[in-house]
Amino acid sequence: MREDDSPGTGSGSDGAGVRPTRRGLLGMLSAGIAGAAAGGLGGFGLAAERGSGAGSGAGSSSSVPFHGDHQAGIVTPAQDRLHFASFTLVRGATRDDLISLLRDWTTAAEQLTRGAPVGSGVEPANPLLPPDDTGEAEGLRAGHLTLTFGLGRELFVGDDGESDPFGIRSRMPAAFAPLPSFAFDLLEATQSGGALCVQACADDPQIAVHAIRNLARIATGRAHLVWSQLGFGRTSSTSRSQDTPRNLFGFKDGTMNVMAEETESLARHVWVGSEAPDWMRGGTYLVARKILMTIETWDRSSLTEQERVFGRSKLEGAPLTGGDEFADPDFAAQTEGSPTIDMAAHVRLAHPDANGGVRILRRGYNYVDGSNDLGQMGAGLFFISFQRDPASFVRVQRSLKPDLLNEYIRHIGSGLWAVPRGVRRGEFIAEGLFGR
Amino acid sequence: MTTEHTPSDSRRRSRARLAGLPAIATIGAAAMLLTGCVPNAAPDAEAIAVTATDTACTIGTAETTSGTVTFAVTNDGSKVNEFYLLGDNELTIVGEVENIAPGATRELTVQANPGDYFTSCKPGMIGEGVGQAAFTVTGDAIETTPEDDAVIAQYVGYVKAQTEELVPLVEQFIEAYASGDDEEAQRLFPLARVNYERIEPTAEQFGDLDPKIDYRKPGADEEGLPFTGFHRIEMDLWHDEAAANGDYDGDPDLAPLTPEERAELGDQLVADVTELKDKVADPEFTLTLADITEGAKGLLDEIAAPDGKLPGEENEFAHTDLYDFTANVEGSQVAFDTVRDLAVANDEEDLVDELDDQFSQMLDLLAEYGSYDDGFVSYDTVTQDERNALAAQLGALSEPMSRLTAAVVSG
Repeated sequence: MREDDSPGTGSGSDGAGVRPTRRGLLGMLSAGIAGAAAGGLGGFGLAAERGSGAGSGAGSSSSVPFHGDHQAGIVTPAQDRLHFASFTLVRGATRDDLISLLRDWTTAAEQLTRGAPVGSGVEPANPLLPPDDTGEAEGLRAGHLTLTFGLGRELFVGDDGESDPFGIRSRMPAAFAPLPSFAFDLLEATQSGGALCVQACADDPQIAVHAIRNLARIATGRAHLVWSQLGFGRTSSTSRSQDTPRNLFGFKDGTMNVMAEETESLARHVWVGSEAPDWMRGGTYLVARKILMTIETWDRSSLTEQERVFGRSKLEGAPLTGGDEFADPDFAAQTEGSPTIDMAAHVRLAHPDANGGVRILRRGYNYVDGSNDLGQMGAGLFFISFQRDPASFVRVQRSLKPDLLNEYIRHIGSGLWAVPRGVRRGEFIAEGLFGR
Repeated sequence: MTTEHTPSDSRRRSRARLAGLPAIATIGAAAMLLTGCVPNAAPDAEAIAVTATDTACTIGTAETTSGTVTFAVTNDGSKVNEFYLLGDNELTIVGEVENIAPGATRELTVQANPGDYFTSCKPGMIGEGVGQAAFTVTGDAIETTPEDDAVIAQYVGYVKAQTEELVPLVEQFIEAYASGDDEEAQRLFPLARVNYERIEPTAEQFGDLDPKIDYRKPGADEEGLPFTGFHRIEMDLWHDEAAANGDYDGDPDLAPLTPEERAELGDQLVADVTELKDKVADPEFTLTLADITEGAKGLLDEIAAPDGKLPGEENEFAHTDLYDFTANVEGSQVAFDTVRDLAVANDEEDLVDELDDQFSQMLDLLAEYGSYDDGFVSYDTVTQDERNALAAQLGALSEPMSRLTAAVVSG
C-alpha cells in the first residue's frame, strides 16, 4: 500500500458514463481489447500455485484464504473458470438491506471458499424445508474458489447520479468516476453495469456456478441478478514459469501483464492508496468488458493479417521484430521503409510505452455463449482488469482507438466497480463504508 | 436492355463461366499494351464499328470470334463519350475507351475469350451507360498470360465507372429529398447506394470520406463527427421508424429536418460523392492486387458483421438491407472476376470454380427476395430462418474467398 504517485491516479474521466448503444456502425472499427497481447492481456495463471496437489477441476482440495488485506481473486493465480455476476438492488431497498446483504454474503463467501456448504448444508433439520445449500458442488471441495465483491457507483449516488440512497455518498472516492463512452462501443444495456458484482473463479465451473447461484439466492428480496457471464480458459498468466495462455484468436496474451510477485508494481498500479477513504485502501477498481470476437471473419483472415494485427507471431508469440515471446518489441524497426510492427498493431498501442507507463492487471476469460440466430459464434473475451484508478483503464482503452484489432471485435458489455479492501476476521465486506 | 432508374439492373440467370478478361485498353490517345504474350489471332480482322450518340450505342455486329477484337467507336453525339465492353455480369469492365470527343473515332482492342459480353456507351462520361447490348464471342479459348498491371488497371477502371454512376443517382435522390418528395426519395434511397456499396473498401481508403458518406449515427456520435450522409437522410426520411426506435430517445437528431436543412445535408452528400469520384479519377490513384482481393473479402465480411446487413443493422429504419447485401456481393464478384485469370494461371482452377459456384448460388438466393428493378422485400419481413439461410450461403461463399489473395498474389 505504497503511496507513490501512480501514473494512473488521475482525477477520473469525463464522466459521460456508460451509455449503452445497441446499434453499431458500418465502419468496422471499434474499441479494442484493452491490452490483449502487448501490454499483455496478461494476468494470472494457476499452474504455478496449483502444482502441489491442487490438480485441476473436480476434486481439488486447495482453498484460497477468504480473509486478508486484499480481496482474493485479484492477484490469486488465475483459476481456469469464471462465473461473473452483476446484481441490482430491489426497488426500495434500504441501507439496512444493503448492510444485511453484505453481512450474509460475507458469511456465505467464507463458507463457500473453504469448500463448506452454505448455511446448514444440503440436509435441513426439517426435511419439509428446501436445503440451505443447493448441493450441486457437494463433494467438489473448494477448487480454489475465490469470490471478489465490487460496488457499483449507483450505490453511492443513485440511478440519477445525484442522490444518496444508502447514506454513503460522502464516502465515495474521488477517482470513482464513470467510464466514458468509448469510440465504437456497441454496448448492450442487458450486459452492462450493476450495483454489485461478484467475480467467482474456480478450477471447476460447477464450483463457480454453485457459488453465484447460492449468493443470488441469499440476495433474494434485497438484490437480484441482472446479468452474468461464464468464462473458461484464463487469458492471463501470473508467472513467467508458466505458459502464456491464448485467446480465442489463437494468440498469446498477457506477456507483459503485472505479475503477482511484482509487489512494487502492484502497489503502484493496482492497489488503492491513501488517496482514497479507508474502506477502499488496499482495494482496487474492477473493469469488466464483454468483447465479442467476430470469429468467422478472423478465421478467414490470412496469417499475415493476423500477425500484423497483433504485432506478434502466432505460434511463438514473439514480437514481429524478433526474439522470443518475452523479447521487447522494437517499435522503431523498419522493414522496406515501413514499421515492422504496424503503427496500429495491438502490441504497440497497448504497450505501457504508449500509455505513459500505465499498467493494469488483467484477469480475463474466454467465453462462448453458444451462437446467434445467424449461426455465428457468440464467442469472445470477457475482459477483466484491476487498476488503482479507473482512469488507467480509460487511458489504455482510448489509445486503442486505431487498433487494427477493432475490425474483428465489438465491445458489447461494460461495467465498473469499486472493490473494497480485503475482509478481516469478524468484519463484513465493505464494513468501513457504514461506520460512524 | 438499357437501364432506367437503376444503377445497373441485376440479372439473375445462372452464370456461365466468365470469359478471360485481359484487355488491351485504349485509354485516351495512347494505346497501352497491357497484356502479355498474346497469339496474334486475327491480325487483319476488321474493326467492329460502334456508333455512339447522346442516347444510343449502336454496334455493327453482336457476335464475333475469339482473339484480338477491335472496336472502332465513332462519336456522333454532342457530348464527350466513352465505350465499354462488359463481362457477362454487366459490371466487370473488360475494356474501355474514354474521352471520345464529338466527331472523333477511337479504337478499343481486347483479347477476347469465348463468352457472353455486353457493350455500352456513356455519353458525358457520367451516370449509367446507354444502349447496353449483348455481345457474343464464339470460337476457341485463347491463351494469354495475364499481367498484374493490366488487371489492376481494369479494376481501377471499374471503380471509376461505379463512381461515375453514383454521382448522378445521388443527385437524383437528393433532388427528390430536398424538394420534399419523400415517396420518391424513399424509392431512390437504396438505389442511390448501390454503386457505393459495390466499391466500399476502395472508398474507405479515403479515410475522411466514408465517415461523411456512410456512417451510421452511433459511429458518428462516438467519433465526435457531425452525423451526415446517407444514414442521416435515412433517419429523416423514415422519421416515424426512427422515432419509434427507443435507441435514440430524446435525441435532437430526431427532429424532422427543415427544407433548408435538407438542402444543406443533400448538397454535402453530393459534394462528398463527387469528391470520391474525383479522387478515384486522379491518374495517381491506384491499388494493389491485394487491395482488390482483400476488398473482395472485406465486402463479404461487411455483410456478416454484427452491425452489417445480415443482422439488418445497416439500414435500420429503411430496411433496405437486401439492396446493400446484393451490391456488396456484386462488388465482391467483380473484384474476384478481375483477378480470375491470375488465379487460373496459378493453377487455382478449383478455387475459381468453387467461387463461381458460390457466387451463383448467393446471387440466386438473393434474387428470391427481389431485384433492383422490381425492388427487394423489406428486410424486416425476412424471417429468422430465411436470414439464417442467407448467412449459411454467405459463409459458404466467404470461406473460399479467404483463399483468393494467396491464390493471386503469391503466384
